[in-house]
Amino acid sequence: MPKLVIDDKEIEVPEGMTVLQAAAEAGIEIPVFCYHPKLSIAGNCRMCLVEVKNTPKPVASCAMPVCEGMVIHTNSVMVEKARKGVLEFLLINHPLDCPICDQGGECDLQDITIAYGRSSSRFDLNKRAVPNKEFGPLIETAMNRCIQCTRCVRFSTEIVGISELGAMGRGEDMEIGTYLQNTITSELSGNIIDICPVGALTSKPYSFKGRSWELSHTPSIDVFDAVGSAIRVDTRGREVMRILPRQNDEVNETWISDKTRFAYDGLKYQRLDQPYARGEDGLLHPVGWNEAFSLIADRLQHVPGNHIAALAGDMVDAESMVALKDLMISLGSPHIDCRQDGVDVGVGPRCSYLFNTTIAGIEQADFCLLIGTNPRWEAPLINARIRKNYLFNNLPVASIGPFYPLGYPVKDLGDDPQTLEKILKEKPPICSALKAAQKPMLILGQGALRRADGEVILRLAQEIADKYGFVQKTWNGFNVLQTAASRVAGLDLGFLPGPKGYGTQKIVEAVKKKKIEVVYLLAADEIDVKPLESTFVIYQGHHGDRGATIADVILPGCAYTEKEGTYVNTEGRVQKTLKATPPPGEAKEDWKIIKALSDKLGLSLPYATPKEIQARLVEVNPLFDEVDRIQPSSWKPFGREGDVNPVPFEFAIKNFYMTDSISRHSRTMAKCVQQILGQEKVHA
Amino acid sequence: MLKASDRIFTNLYGTHDWHLKGAEARGDWDKTKALIAKGKDWIIQEITASGLRGRGGAGFPTGRKWGFIPSDDDKTLRYLVVNADESEPGTCKDRDILRFEPHKLIEGALIAAVAIGAHAGYIYIRGEFYAEANHVEEAIAEAYKAGLLGKNAAKSGWDFDLYVHRGAGAYICGEETALLESLEGRKGMPRLKPPFPAIVGLYGCPTIVNNVETLAVVPTILRRGASWFGGIGTPNNTGTKIYCLSGHVNTPCNVEEAMGIPLKELIEKYGGGVRGGWDNLLAVIPGGSSVPLIPKDVCEKVLMDFTSLAEVKSGLGTGGVIVMDKSTDIVRAIARLSKFYMHESCGQCTPCREGTGWMWRMLIRLADGVGNSKDIDVLEEVTYEIEGHTICALGDAAAWPVQGLIRHFRPELERRLKMNSIA
Repeated sequence: MPKLVIDDKEIEVPEGMTVLQAAAEAGIEIPVFCYHPKLSIAGNCRMCLVEVKNTPKPVASCAMPVCEGMVIHTNSVMVEKARKGVLEFLLINHPLDCPICDQGGECDLQDITIAYGRSSSRFDLNKRAVPNKEFGPLIETAMNRCIQCTRCVRFSTEIVGISELGAMGRGEDMEIGTYLQNTITSELSGNIIDICPVGALTSKPYSFKGRSWELSHTPSIDVFDAVGSAIRVDTRGREVMRILPRQNDEVNETWISDKTRFAYDGLKYQRLDQPYARGEDGLLHPVGWNEAFSLIADRLQHVPGNHIAALAGDMVDAESMVALKDLMISLGSPHIDCRQDGVDVGVGPRCSYLFNTTIAGIEQADFCLLIGTNPRWEAPLINARIRKNYLFNNLPVASIGPFYPLGYPVKDLGDDPQTLEKILKEKPPICSALKAAQKPMLILGQGALRRADGEVILRLAQEIADKYGFVQKTWNGFNVLQTAASRVAGLDLGFLPGPKGYGTQKIVEAVKKKKIEVVYLLAADEIDVKPLESTFVIYQGHHGDRGATIADVILPGCAYTEKEGTYVNTEGRVQKTLKATPPPGEAKEDWKIIKALSDKLGLSLPYATPKEIQARLVEVNPLFDEVDRIQPSSWKPFGREGDVNPVPFEFAIKNFYMTDSISRHSRTMAKCVQQILGQEKVHA
Repeated sequence: MLKASDRIFTNLYGTHDWHLKGAEARGDWDKTKALIAKGKDWIIQEITASGLRGRGGAGFPTGRKWGFIPSDDDKTLRYLVVNADESEPGTCKDRDILRFEPHKLIEGALIAAVAIGAHAGYIYIRGEFYAEANHVEEAIAEAYKAGLLGKNAAKSGWDFDLYVHRGAGAYICGEETALLESLEGRKGMPRLKPPFPAIVGLYGCPTIVNNVETLAVVPTILRRGASWFGGIGTPNNTGTKIYCLSGHVNTPCNVEEAMGIPLKELIEKYGGGVRGGWDNLLAVIPGGSSVPLIPKDVCEKVLMDFTSLAEVKSGLGTGGVIVMDKSTDIVRAIARLSKFYMHESCGQCTPCREGTGWMWRMLIRLADGVGNSKDIDVLEEVTYEIEGHTICALGDAAAWPVQGLIRHFRPELERRLKMNSIA
């Protein structure tokens, strides 16, 4: 541990730290532009120059490793002169259009200029003009403002692994761009808006919509995939203005996916803002809450308990699932399922449906086997972690499933599920690498499980894990990658068919046979709703999406930004969203709707306050008490023996930008589908 | 004055055969095996004792540089890289070595490779040097054929392969780390130091980058002894050096002379004097375009070595002497150099990217006498804001000529501003 002195403060820091980091430890701020803690060091902005005793020139603190006995000054005349000089250079060609710049108020250049710059400019020549670039539907460019820090270039080459950005030209003609004005195709592209220290890259959907100081910030959790990224919801009045990442090194580091960031405009369109009921004319008519509840109560009176079924969607919170489960039990129905995609998997032990390695744990793996998964679309941030491990440790990755470029080299083992059996018999050459690995991991995608033989595949994966030492005392390399934010919570709460209960597929079959007469859809939209048309459907949710079109009664609920909800991510991490805006119109928090309905039915659920429903969650599963902590799950056998269907694996997600009721109604996402995926690729 | 027998480059003017046969007749490849047999420690020791300083411009002691390479127990790969990207305006010494003395370079490279433990070397030749690259390639082919390169090179028991890589003509690729980037196939942008190339260089391996002239004199130093080389020149500035005389002299030429020769002697004797006589001299840029100019009165006495020129706030640089007589529009001349640096700045770091253009624009304005009286001070401050604040030395190189101009020709700048304000 070298000792050094920074501004007369003596400090001891770990070997290998840079002077900049050591100064931060000592509580001394050094201004930076090009340095970013998650990116490689470029050292090109020269803003972080400090004086090191016995060196004639100031040195870039971001790149200088600490040595024993260093004496550093960050506020000497030399440093001040260097900083003033660098700022002056940065500003001579910067347009200074702060009043009309979206970065205004949260701009590094603005802040640092106020703190360290000159009060006026000595530059009286013409400024450089740089043509703006077209980066696609998400990122607005104002390249005059660019200070060539290359953070965005480093982000796309290092974090994403797809070199879409580069610096063209030389000297003062250097420009950042995509070379041929290509659209940026990465699913993480929005992050370059955050890391851009100036207003060169800003959000296109948010452009000229608001100023940063007008916004209120609410920390929350993302629900567009099962990663559970930490987000900050920025609102003005009742409107969500934008969504930004929060740092959580265990989950999303400082990044979020484009869907997380940009799909928020879907919250404004096609919202269910009051209850509806289908009238005699076959059309939906607005009704009051009481009327809606009465209609349901009337209908349920004539239906035996086991002729009622309930399905929970992919974005619902744990509270509403536990409430609905309790209600269904009181009604006498065992037919509940949180797996609207029809997967059979999830009834086994907890380790059979979790991402056991944990997201941060990916960095320790020394082999990764992907089975029927496209992590780039199913969980872009997990893909970024795999990429990170590849970047630092050259992680070997093999994949069984359709080919898709992931941003790191992948050994393609074909898309035949029977390859799993072959690996078990040590046939493919990849087996020697698997044997040699110390900390191997596999990721089982929903594409591999969402099949009739899903449980067989699950068993095979477990056998592979056992055979090749994926599960050790302190290491569990068996991972299931969930795609639905609500899924793990649903499974943890046992929102699954009870004794003699039907799962999703059987419910649909039973509807056809008139054995199910009432279906309660709790924001369940990702199913084929056609077969349910003949039955009485209660749809509770926030969007007039697929489920609502066939509903007989619609109960308007809250989207994730409008309620305090509990979610469990694919690792089994319990996290909570906060209420950033009130729900539109007469919409109510989901669990309260179910509670109110239970009162109407005379089956009052025994909880009325948020505290009581939290207590109920913990009562059902004590894990819900462990917020933001991961409980390791014990390794037990799961799955079932059987034959593997040779039908090739398919990916669970066919269209990254539209996976749920919110993103389907987002205009931004629609533009992404059009411009990034291209017309021919759209399947949704 | 250097004795003819002390000249190292006996075919500097291409009057003799540059092929292997001719080179051997002039003493190249003579007992190379025996030199190598004395061991790497002896080689480094001799070079250190000779006081040889890098001839690429910075003048770093070559022996010390070689000593930076990690010791032998570290079995990593090492590389030798020859910097033949000679692009400094006013400099054309390496070009003649490549053309007429390629075997000196190849032999020097082999010996240096032994000294640092490298089995592979790359010669990075400036893109514009087409014929020169051909000569070097041919010479390398001859050396391979004669068993002087490749497996058991020169029967020394050391394997050494030498490759030629042609650049694409960017000045910045002469900066050693930008050169390595370019060699690796990336954009020529200087790397952050530390780590220095001797620790982390080409493909992440310890690498020594030496100038052509530096390596080409190595075999002769070893053959004739460190004390011979150290006995020529002035203290700390030993040996011989190729000077390139250009500009307003009667006979522009390359000449090998002792370090520390008086500038006036150099110009009078080899350059045939200043055009129109010594009194017609305005200023001299003594070490390639990067170093500050020195006016006539300084030129009278100054010696051509690193120390003496540093004392007069200039530098020996590459030894490219640019002579300017009184017909020169000195402001426009420096403005032209400024434009060169603006054009060649890689654009990576702020002060150089933004500052070089600003300097050039101010200089052309000053050359025309437009602008205001504060411009000179602002320009001077800008040069100091660039100098020392950049990743590589290009920022310094761009700032120094302007500093030299303001230091010695401020009255001229002021005169132009005044003239214009009267008009």
